[in-house]
Amino acid sequence: MIKAILVFNTRGQPRAIRFFESCSTELQQKLIRESYQIISKRDINACNFVEYNDNKLIYRQYATLYFVFVIDSSESEYDIYELIHIFVQCLDQYFENVCELDLIFHSDKVNHILNEFFMGGFIVERSPDLILNDIRTQIRLERQDSGVLKQMGSKIKSVVDTKTEKMKLDVEKKFDIKL
Amino acid sequence: MKFPDLSMSTPVRLRDLIRQIRSAKTAAEERAVVQKECAYIRDSFRDEDNTWRCRNVAKLLYVSLLGYPAHFGQLECLKLIASTRFTDKRIGYLGAMLLLDERQDIHVLITNSLKNDLNHSNQYITGLALCALGSICSPEMSRDLGGEVERLMKSTNPYLKKKAVLCAVRIIRKVPEQFDVFQNSVRSLLTEKNHGVLLTATALVIEMCQQNTHALQSFRKLVPNLVRILKTLIMSGYSPEHDVSGISDPFLQVHLLRLLRILGRNDSEASEAMNDILAQVSTNTENSKNVGNAILYETVLTIMDIKSESGLRVLAVNILGRFLLNNDKNIRYVALNTLLRVVHVDQNAVQRHRATIVECLKDADVSIKRRAMELCFALINPNNIRTMTNEMLEFLGTCETEFKADCTSNMFLAMERFAPSKRWHVDQMIKVLTTAGNSVRDDIVSSLIGIISSSSDLHGYTARQLYKIIRNDITQQPLVQVGSWTLGEFGDLFVNGQYEQPHGEEHIQVTENEITDILERVLNWSISTVVTREYAINALMKLSTRFPNCSDRIQSIMTYYACNMNLELQTRAVEYTSLFTKHNLIRPSIVERMPVLISNSSSNPNANEQQEQIYQEENPSNDAQINHVPPNEPVDLLKLLDEPIQTNGSIHPHEQQQNPLSSNPLTDLLFGDDTSHNHLNNNIIPPMVALDKNGLRIVFTFEREDTLLTIHSKATNATQYPITNFIFKAAVPKTFTIELYPPNSTIIPANNSGEIHQIIKILNPNKDKLRMRIKLNYLFNNSSMGDEAELNTFPEQCYN
Repeated sequence: MIKAILVFNTRGQPRAIRFFESCSTELQQKLIRESYQIISKRDINACNFVEYNDNKLIYRQYATLYFVFVIDSSESEYDIYELIHIFVQCLDQYFENVCELDLIFHSDKVNHILNEFFMGGFIVERSPDLILNDIRTQIRLERQDSGVLKQMGSKIKSVVDTKTEKMKLDVEKKFDIKL
Repeated sequence: MKFPDLSMSTPVRLRDLIRQIRSAKTAAEERAVVQKECAYIRDSFRDEDNTWRCRNVAKLLYVSLLGYPAHFGQLECLKLIASTRFTDKRIGYLGAMLLLDERQDIHVLITNSLKNDLNHSNQYITGLALCALGSICSPEMSRDLGGEVERLMKSTNPYLKKKAVLCAVRIIRKVPEQFDVFQNSVRSLLTEKNHGVLLTATALVIEMCQQNTHALQSFRKLVPNLVRILKTLIMSGYSPEHDVSGISDPFLQVHLLRLLRILGRNDSEASEAMNDILAQVSTNTENSKNVGNAILYETVLTIMDIKSESGLRVLAVNILGRFLLNNDKNIRYVALNTLLRVVHVDQNAVQRHRATIVECLKDADVSIKRRAMELCFALINPNNIRTMTNEMLEFLGTCETEFKADCTSNMFLAMERFAPSKRWHVDQMIKVLTTAGNSVRDDIVSSLIGIISSSSDLHGYTARQLYKIIRNDITQQPLVQVGSWTLGEFGDLFVNGQYEQPHGEEHIQVTENEITDILERVLNWSISTVVTREYAINALMKLSTRFPNCSDRIQSIMTYYACNMNLELQTRAVEYTSLFTKHNLIRPSIVERMPVLISNSSSNPNANEQQEQIYQEENPSNDAQINHVPPNEPVDLLKLLDEPIQTNGSIHPHEQQQNPLSSNPLTDLLFGDDTSHNHLNNNIIPPMVALDKNGLRIVFTFEREDTLLTIHSKATNATQYPITNFIFKAAVPKTFTIELYPPNSTIIPANNSGEIHQIIKILNPNKDKLRMRIKLNYLFNNSSMGDEAELNTFPEQCYN
């Protein structure tokens, strides 16, 4: 199973993290720091699989971001290597030419996409198209939620507007003056 | 930078907060911004503000991403989950997944909300609930909600189905008893068309198989189904929704292969069903893309693990060989890894690729180097030991320090096993020590000393070689330690020229004073470690008798060191000084040449025939000790035979006692078979009564195959009390090799109602007359008894 998914930039700042095994905040930050230290020192041509205690770190670099998956021995390294690419493709499709800023400002959306891909350390779905369909439907649901209030508000507004207009006309007629 | 006005009713939006944090120029500034915002959020939580709760929690999640504590938001997540709005629920579940885990007590409070949401009509809300359950469920929650999850597994909606299946995986892990609940639904899951469901279903089956071997048996029946699914995947043409770089759904293929691997392990029937499909996958998948390589890798792993036919294995090794030649580092790493597993099973197949593997040693990447090194050591055999040692020496010279210790230990083991001659062995080890410098492990030093001492013809030669190196350079501690010991023991041989001159090298003539000079230099040098100095001081002491001219000089050195700050050195120096003064008479006998040191016995076919015993003798601990008592005098048993048993790497005979092992029923089975098979041979050699004394009777029956004699010893008890703790020891003269197997028990019941059966195997290559000395110890009627006997009356057919 996948133990953790870490995304951090070339300076070590975390952009998206998800741990599938419960561990404290200090441990989480420690893992992020240590992975950054190991990976940033590696050569560009080096192998993408690193041993770390009992686990393996599979990482890929895209522009300024490192995507790191921490796995244990039951997963195949090559499989996960491909999976990272699929995940990034999905992000790319969703955000349209994704860059680091997208991940920073929309970290909640990144988390939702992660939820659709992985659950409890296992892969739920690996087709980016299907996942994006689901994500877009859920966003529509969200908009509907807050959209209901907006709709009501605009309806009220229009009713109030028409009523005030009417009152204005009445008063003008009555007193034969211009307001 | 404008900070949010606290009096305003709308809290700052998430992205504004992010902007503020990013614009902070120092860490302290960032901390200030975050803390201010957290304080505001805490206040607003206390005020029970419903409208903006989700925005605040979203900000809190971002802040926790950066590493700040965010546990005060946990309760708010629960309130968000309970709300009816989709946005609230979404953020609430996300927060629960990130901030809560089993260790908090709060998480059981969401059980109720989860239950409601699992029954919700909106599939996305149910999906959210399943996601949360799958990430953080605890045993109690699993028990409560297991039924719901099972119901959802049977739903028609694939979106929910796959999430429910993964939830089930987690539940089974937490609460193994829930296993039965899910087991029945698995079969129908595997007939699904939806690839997502298939993927998750394979994960579930893998998890079930790992937990429960009984389930594994029943799932083996599913192998034909799985093979069929895999076949359709490969054979089917292009399908846009599942395609990745031209291969249809590689992830599903990989998972199916993994499941097949688990099912086919140790089971020939299942493995046979898989052979075809594995061959098909290997040949059809194109390996130009990464994706294809992933599938091929998984196929190779599966072929290696199951009981596949040999043609398939050859195919697999060829694929790995192709991987090794690939330029991509990842593939080479993966290939080396797998070859390491294969080499233990089938060394010859991997030998073909030895040249490529040796090339990988020179790679710049650390992970690849390590794998290649391990693989090289596994590939060493008697034919290629010389070339491989040269390669490894070259590697040792250029590799990183972290490799050196492992490399040297492995080289030593390899040489011990396969060295063509002792002299070559010693030479190479000296080279290793020179190259590796100080990263050699301590046990290598003592093992090397053991080897040097056991090769008696090389004593002078070794002393010469080591002297040559040490006189120029005493910085490398392990080398200096070995050198000091050798010069101390055998320096006189060197000085007197009693050794074999190496060809083509200059003749070194050295005086006693020069050797004493070197050792004194080592002793006085402040950079030498304490251990090295201890070796040096012992060596000097030994030389005091061997070099009588230097005796006074050495005595003055000892007196000097009697005031040394280091406690160990001081103690030794004081004792040695007293040896010079008060006990001068016994000094020669104490420091006389040590007998051959016994090291761990290892199987070296070039050395004398070794005995395989149940116990291994421990390495005599640090020989640089004050008491030069020769270790482990041969035990009385053999002195009585008047012939010393060979001690060269063999085990002392008093170790030949056995204890009944727990595998007694198994050995009974084996021994039982033996006796039934060889009844015919038994009749040729008459049995012999070894001992018949005080009611204890031991009878030997024989079976003989050329030089191997198998004796079945049966011990019976005619008295009225049982005999317990029965221990049988045996010794034979030098030219024989004896092997004692554990008896089936140590208790002989009374009145001939039972017996102890034991097998003894004797190898008699010279066809000498067989003699044996036996010794018995047992408890009889609460008193311990012992007995001895010498057996000379073996029937002639045993040995002629």
